[in-house]
Amino acid sequence: METLPALPVRTSGLAEEDRTVKNMVVIDPVTRIEGHAKITIALDDSGSVSDCRFHVTEFRGFEEFCKGRPVWEMPSLTARTCGICPVSHLLASAKAGDAIMGVKIPDTAVKLRRIVNLGQIIQSHALSFFHLSAPDLLLGLDSDPAARNVFGLMAEEPELARRGIMLRSFGQGVIESIAGRKVHSPGILPGGIAEQMTEETRERLIEGLVEARKTAEDALVLFTGMLDTFDREVRAFGSFPSLYLGLANDDGLWEHYDGYLKVVDAGGKTVADGVAPADYRSIIGEAGRRDSYLKSPYFKPNVGPDDDPLDGMYRVGPLARLNVCERMGVPAADEALTEYRERAGGVASSSFFYHYARLIEILAATERMANHLADDTVTGPHVRAYAGVNQHHAVGVSEAPRGTLFHEYHVDDHGVLTDVNMIIATGQNNLPMNETVLQIAKEWIDGPSIPEGILNRIEAGIRAYDPCLSCSTHAIGMMPLVVSLVAADGEVLSEVRRG
Amino acid sequence: MSKVRLATAWLGGCSGCHMSFLDMDAWLFELAAVANVVYSPIADVKAFPPDVDITLVEGAVANEDNAELARDIRANSKVVLSFGDCAVTGNVTAMRNPLGDPAGILEAVYVKAPDRDGMLPVEAGIVPPLLPRVLPLHKVIKVDAYLPGCPPPADRIQRAIEALLDGDPSRITGEDIRFG
Repeated sequence: METLPALPVRTSGLAEEDRTVKNMVVIDPVTRIEGHAKITIALDDSGSVSDCRFHVTEFRGFEEFCKGRPVWEMPSLTARTCGICPVSHLLASAKAGDAIMGVKIPDTAVKLRRIVNLGQIIQSHALSFFHLSAPDLLLGLDSDPAARNVFGLMAEEPELARRGIMLRSFGQGVIESIAGRKVHSPGILPGGIAEQMTEETRERLIEGLVEARKTAEDALVLFTGMLDTFDREVRAFGSFPSLYLGLANDDGLWEHYDGYLKVVDAGGKTVADGVAPADYRSIIGEAGRRDSYLKSPYFKPNVGPDDDPLDGMYRVGPLARLNVCERMGVPAADEALTEYRERAGGVASSSFFYHYARLIEILAATERMANHLADDTVTGPHVRAYAGVNQHHAVGVSEAPRGTLFHEYHVDDHGVLTDVNMIIATGQNNLPMNETVLQIAKEWIDGPSIPEGILNRIEAGIRAYDPCLSCSTHAIGMMPLVVSLVAADGEVLSEVRRG
Repeated sequence: MSKVRLATAWLGGCSGCHMSFLDMDAWLFELAAVANVVYSPIADVKAFPPDVDITLVEGAVANEDNAELARDIRANSKVVLSFGDCAVTGNVTAMRNPLGDPAGILEAVYVKAPDRDGMLPVEAGIVPPLLPRVLPLHKVIKVDAYLPGCPPPADRIQRAIEALLDGDPSRITGEDIRFG
């Protein structure tokens, strides 16, 4: 066995923060999220919450070790940032590769990539709703933590759990059928797709869509039926104005693969539109943090040199996509969107509505997929373009289940990467996730004795965003959730670890 | 007969092995009939519990939190399965090793790259320091069985768990331990 010396990462230029912890509650780790995190809660002398923060504790360093790798290898390599939404990385990376080659890929390949992404939206959203959050919503936020998980759900609500598991399985099956494997598929490449889709696959997917769509519709009925009982959560689970960013197209329809960047404000007014993904740096900046491996992106035009990055806080993902688009572009999901907007009062500003938006997106994904599969060209033989390196710089973008994902590559004449930047969906929700845990802590915590169910509410606020932390700290990291109780003078009063 | 106490843990990796675990789909119901999942990133128990019969460990050992959890797992588990390529070899998680001292990588990512407020994430007790090198699991704790794959497909995971439930890790063999 090797001995494991601690790594001295502190630099001489950065003074240790002078604070003595007096009352610190730490939730470590945050569970039922896709990554490693802690939450710290600081209380003042009167027992009121003075601060609450979300910390990511994981780091892996993709941007650094990808330098020197060939661009052709990048889809497969960067898929390994994340086992939950590898398709998002495959697509963003392959699209950056398309642009390095300077090709317009065949229409059939575009359709197949879109179907794969819809399959991923279905499986990832099903995981978030049924496997990770349904235990809170159906078994109860205050229920026994030992059984508050998907296995508890399988015992209490076996039919619902089975349908959730099969919905996720359908989405995974779509990915496997077209791209070769359920996780880290090899079939999405710069230039298109590796293999033509067979008629048998097409028929099988059309058949499977029937049950998937029914499950999505029933889940929507279930969720809207219990929404009134979560009135306080709707009010306090990240309910605040912010900007919303997502992909958009000229038709105003819900977009998940192509198009340009659009940003709307809390009143629904468009504040940025038609921004080419390659120009993302003109609107997105990144700020560092001392207490997390997750950096904080912000909307650049709103943040002057002396302003707080919070002035540029924006949200991405299902909530944002539904605020950015005018319509879903498919009938059942559009009907659901109308009801959603009535319930939200226009622009949805509560992060509790992420769950609701996710279910509408599952429904839309089944309808969109049916439309693609009804198109005979989808099984066409021409699925890949071939070319060498024709451009030295490119940005690939896709809508991951949890938000807009950017891969930016610089390559040399041989296609070897000289510089890499990735802006991950979850990272863009870092500022709002921190505001959300603070809002929940202030709403529910009253004094240093904090019931487990309240700690779970704070975690549930994070779960609403469905954060993917292995992605977001692709840099080289992991995210822990710690709750610390810190007195007004900075003294930490206590540390609580749930166990 | 009392149920087997089963745990799954996630160290430095992408969670793809856990996703493949969930890809066992309907078999999860059969598993739940014979085993209680007492610790997992998809469950709410925060500290690794005592007297665990079988633990599947995904991911390499990349930081101090990973190393601490790995030792906890070993001290409290009868059988530890090194689950997936990152646990078995270090794999993609270990690709930072040739770059050397991680301080330089952290400097590039967190101090130089941001548009503003560039600083190292070093909050003591919260952000776990990185280890100088990423290590496969067996370099840190004793491992009883290996299941490679990036990730291992669901049917392989099922067969491996069945072998461990029968107390016979030597059955994890042949095609099921081929890399890739």
